Amino acid sequence: MSMRGLEISVGAFMAAGLVALFFLAMQVSNLASITASEGYEVTARFDNIGGLKVRSAVSMAGVRIGRVVNIGYDQQSYEAVVTLSIDPAYNQIPDDSIAKIYTSGLLGEQYVGLDPGGSLENLQQGSEVMLTQSALVLEEIVGQFLFSKAEENAIKDEL
Amino acid sequence: MLDLLARFGRQGLAAFERLGRGHLLLVQILAGLTSLLPRLGLLVAQLHSIGVLTTTIIVVSGLFVGMVLGLQGYYVLSQFAAEDSLGVMVAASLVRELGPVVTALLFAGRAGSALTAEIGLMKATEQLSGLEMMAVDPIRRILSPRFYAGFISMPLLAALFSAVGIIGGYFVSVGLLGVDEGAFWSQMQAKIDWSEDVVNGIIKSLVFGFVCTWIALFQGYDTIPTSAGVSQSTTRTVVHSALAVLVLDFVLTALMFGD
Repeated sequence: MSMRGLEISVGAFMAAGLVALFFLAMQVSNLASITASEGYEVTARFDNIGGLKVRSAVSMAGVRIGRVVNIGYDQQSYEAVVTLSIDPAYNQIPDDSIAKIYTSGLLGEQYVGLDPGGSLENLQQGSEVMLTQSALVLEEIVGQFLFSKAEENAIKDEL
Repeated sequence: MLDLLARFGRQGLAAFERLGRGHLLLVQILAGLTSLLPRLGLLVAQLHSIGVLTTTIIVVSGLFVGMVLGLQGYYVLSQFAAEDSLGVMVAASLVRELGPVVTALLFAGRAGSALTAEIGLMKATEQLSGLEMMAVDPIRRILSPRFYAGFISMPLLAALFSAVGIIGGYFVSVGLLGVDEGAFWSQMQAKIDWSEDVVNGIIKSLVFGFVCTWIALFQGYDTIPTSAGVSQSTTRTVVHSALAVLVLDFVLTALMFGD
């Protein structure tokens, strides 16, 4: 093969490899949806975060508006401190909004849902979501159910 | 009894010597970059024989591996009514593991063995000595371009393998098995992370490219210059490369995704 034909085939090979990488970046992975500008960060304290992880979604009305960037533990108050990074486009969130940990589907991943409050002040960089609701832990619910069932039976027996 | 011990010791020493020679050769090959840069034509020729000619087998096997992943994944996931996650399963297993590993194994079989045979035969027919006689350093002239060509080709081939595999998986799951097309792609995009999954896969293939090409070149350069020696070295290239890739894959996976 002539040198020119060789160079063309190598060029095509390199181009095909790069196109494949581009395909992996844009079509397969989430690179396209990562916004370049990091959002503002707010914290929220939960008694129990269940299976929440860093990079879990933060959503309002089911729309994804940010993600969890850090999860810490406060030794003084025995609470989990979750840092949420919210897209700067969503800057009209009342500061008395309620942060709840939901599960998508029965066995799906957990995410933070924000229910809007009525305050005129908005959340901003560094502010804290005061009202939170912990994750539902299935074992606790089952435990409570069994406990209340047993109590009911005990009352019936007494009567 | 002592004879047995002596033989054992001799083999151990020989193995260490080989290891040392391999690393010395690697240093010389890496240093060859300085004389390679002004003559990129050498690199292009090697990229052709190592990279371009391996593309066919990579694309065909990638397609079929992706299709099999689609079929097998559907079989398991449909039992949990989770067919929508098929895209995630196909893409994650290809990008993280199968892409880099299977590409490296095929590369060792297709390009690595050819490299060893070529260089081993050059040594057996005293072409390498001939170059030295003409004051041309065979390591810089012959080995370095081949090494860098393998190092560049591997991540490109692995990316090609993964991409074609995902398309194959898409054809089987959406076209054949009736998985929802939107769910297939959107779940994949939501779950596959660029830096966590794709970049780690590329790092893996870079490591494999480095190791496979190094093994192939060393086995060729260190061969016993007879027909039997060359055939032995070629076999050793494939065996050692496969073992190195599988062991390194375990180590890299534990480091990257261990968490």
